[in-house]
Amino acid sequence: MADLRSTIAGIRSPNPFWLASAPPTDKAYNVVRAFKAGWGGVVWKTLGEDPPVVNVSSRYGAHLDTDRRMIGFNNIELISDRPLEVNLREIIEVKRDWPDRAMVVSLMATMTEAAWAGLARRVAETGATDGLELNLGCPHGMCERGMGSAIGQVPEMVEQVTRWVKNAVNLPVIVKLTPNITNILWSAEAARRGGADAISLINTVNSIVAVDLDAMAPTPVVDGKGSHGGYCGPAVKPIALNMVAEIARNPDTRVLPVSGIGGITTWRDAAEFLALGATNVQVCTAAMTYGFKIVEDMIGGLSNWMDEKGYRSLDELSGRAVRNVVNWNDLNMNFSTKAVIDPALCIDCGRCHIVCEDTSHQAIRIDAGEGRRLFTVVDEECVGCNLCSHVCPVPDCITMVPERNDLPYVTWPNDARNPMRVPEAAAE
Amino acid sequence: MTLIATLAAAQKSDADLPASPYADLTPAMTPVQALAESNRCLFCFDAPCIKACPTGIDIPAFIRSIATGNLKGAATTILSENIMGGTCGRVCPTETLCEQSCVRNRAEDRPVAIGRLQRHATDRLIDGEPAHPFPRAATTGKRVAVVGAGPAGLSCAHRLATLGHQVTVFEAKAKSGGLNEYGLAPYKMADDFAQREVAFILGVGGITVEHGRKLGADLSLDGLRADFDAVFLGVGLGANNRPGIPGEERAGVEDATAFIERVRQASPGQPPAVGRSVVVIGGGNTAVDAAIQAKRLGAEDVTLVYRRGRAQMGATAWEQELAQTEGVVLKTFAAPQEIGETTITFERTRLTDGKLAGTGETFTLQADMVLKAMGQKLAAKALDGLQVTGGKIAIDGTYRTTLAKVWAGGDCVATGEDLTVQSVQDGKLAALAIHSHLTA
Repeated sequence: MADLRSTIAGIRSPNPFWLASAPPTDKAYNVVRAFKAGWGGVVWKTLGEDPPVVNVSSRYGAHLDTDRRMIGFNNIELISDRPLEVNLREIIEVKRDWPDRAMVVSLMATMTEAAWAGLARRVAETGATDGLELNLGCPHGMCERGMGSAIGQVPEMVEQVTRWVKNAVNLPVIVKLTPNITNILWSAEAARRGGADAISLINTVNSIVAVDLDAMAPTPVVDGKGSHGGYCGPAVKPIALNMVAEIARNPDTRVLPVSGIGGITTWRDAAEFLALGATNVQVCTAAMTYGFKIVEDMIGGLSNWMDEKGYRSLDELSGRAVRNVVNWNDLNMNFSTKAVIDPALCIDCGRCHIVCEDTSHQAIRIDAGEGRRLFTVVDEECVGCNLCSHVCPVPDCITMVPERNDLPYVTWPNDARNPMRVPEAAAE
Repeated sequence: MTLIATLAAAQKSDADLPASPYADLTPAMTPVQALAESNRCLFCFDAPCIKACPTGIDIPAFIRSIATGNLKGAATTILSENIMGGTCGRVCPTETLCEQSCVRNRAEDRPVAIGRLQRHATDRLIDGEPAHPFPRAATTGKRVAVVGAGPAGLSCAHRLATLGHQVTVFEAKAKSGGLNEYGLAPYKMADDFAQREVAFILGVGGITVEHGRKLGADLSLDGLRADFDAVFLGVGLGANNRPGIPGEERAGVEDATAFIERVRQASPGQPPAVGRSVVVIGGGNTAVDAAIQAKRLGAEDVTLVYRRGRAQMGATAWEQELAQTEGVVLKTFAAPQEIGETTITFERTRLTDGKLAGTGETFTLQADMVLKAMGQKLAAKALDGLQVTGGKIAIDGTYRTTLAKVWAGGDCVATGEDLTVQSVQDGKLAALAIHSHLTA
């Protein structure tokens, strides 16, 4: 059995699945239920200075497909709206009862050293915390008060806050980054300069998740009005994966351990984050969609898959795909792959044909088969785009098969077809 | 034979009976069911289900509209090809049409429930939209007579009306709807849907229905041809095959079609009495309809006896299983020989090289009610002057009969199976042919 024990920035947990700082980690009641369900750790919902914030009524919006499956989710909720004292007391109690689980506490304060250092010390004094996470990403509400993403979007402020907290307490500090920036590396590098022990990403994406067409207002609707909120859930996973990979393959940031966040719903999602360099993962929307029990299959699925692939520990897995993440200019122009349709698996829906015909390369022919249509890829027209295989409702019915050729690995900068190519001799 | 009013007693003793013998066997979908089921549709390209539908409804398009919450659009898509989409969603043998060709069968052995989704969409429009979805074209001044207010006739009338023609429908019976009203068992066509659908169809305007008017009685083909610019015959199959079984004149022996008509026309609070032991002779949809309905009305034993095998039955395999699930016993390879006071005797048969022959061996069943469902035929008497071929009115590829200005469609012609959906298609296509003729 694969060893799923996880350590990030010195913080240990029995498995790499943490609940992210969010409503599921708002209070002892929820966190204890999560630990009973098997979660490896939590990042307690963001604490701020008293008096606590006040939330509005109606806080969540959803991006559903026609089957009401949750594609994306957004919220306009603020940080913890309970007194600091209450939160700290519960943190102590929970950590006392669950010493093997990671207890990280998320913090948010205004842009002063006194505020950040004071809050960090209050939390550290509990002795119940394994680490701190700095919330520099919340894109709604708090940013209008100069906190959250208002700090996270300015690299100098990210560095400054990180340094203030590192100087104030002797605890591992994880800096949570916002995706609402032009280049994630700038804030990651700033966190590193400030002394971060790890970073976590992504926080939510700024969004209007839907419009209520009767109220003619963004959802969630608060008395006829709506505001932009923080978007998360399955739909943001690709954005998060890219940012995690960018950090993992950048020489200045690759030393930073990453706690991966963003739409993680299954063990496979988690494995993908780990493969791109994450050390562990944090989950919120999946728990808010299905409840805490989903962690069972996350743990079991990851463990079984690692056994199957021969990964004995998370360290053996983490970062395995990073070296294969390259710029477009480093891809092999001589590679060619073609779609192949297995007629035995085909159910005759014709979706591959129509999408290729209408929107791609007219490379799927229809012939009359026995009592059904026979779909065949025309190799001369197929550019290997994958569209047909993605729309096919049957797994493995359409596979992409690389063409054998003896051509060398040639990138665009060196490709003879590139009009901007610098001839190699001249370059030397 | 003595009919025993078993219903009340049976209902007391048999908790398995439906709450009402008039209840829907397959109830309407709930919105949640429709949402889940509509999302199973793969939106196939050039979908096999469309080709399998005699009226060519764009099934993936209407199902997608259900999934996106555009129920009115879904219903309009259906009704634009099949104005009786509501009935067809209820009674079509989808298991041999659209649902048989659904690609989900290959993947999961379970098709999308197209028929039920169709009913879901059309019910909402027919019951919920005050305005008729299809406008009429400018009046052409042309007048068309339609004989028969069944599916073929009403479909033809509706299409002609939308094209701007003035239509008079002549119907022998007191109500419009044809077999939708008189010939389908209530477990398939519950409540007054047939009449609501008729009202919806007539809502287009430009159609007058005259009841109690019958070809061969107070109407003649020559008269209609003289009075109207075109005539459409949707007269159906008005006569039952007479098998000539000794004893079939006895009380308690009845055509299954007549039995179903009685059941349909009775008040649901006072359903007709059925026998304790009912025997249905025949293997088609009407036989199954009558057998299941007799069972649901409280008959203790219902046996459906067919002279050939299950593979040769007109009823689909799904209907045969449904009958069995409802408690009907199926007996095959037995031909009726004689009907007695409370019994019926059959001779066993054998199929050899496609030829059916009696074996000489007989058996006798208890029967205080015998329903004959041995097929229907064209009532040809009133159709003098028309060529009838193979028991059906002869038509060309545009539904034109051998008489000038006369077109025909539905069960009285041989275009496909004798199904509501085929009749609707016939009426629609004949209307388009008549329109071409009138506007040429």
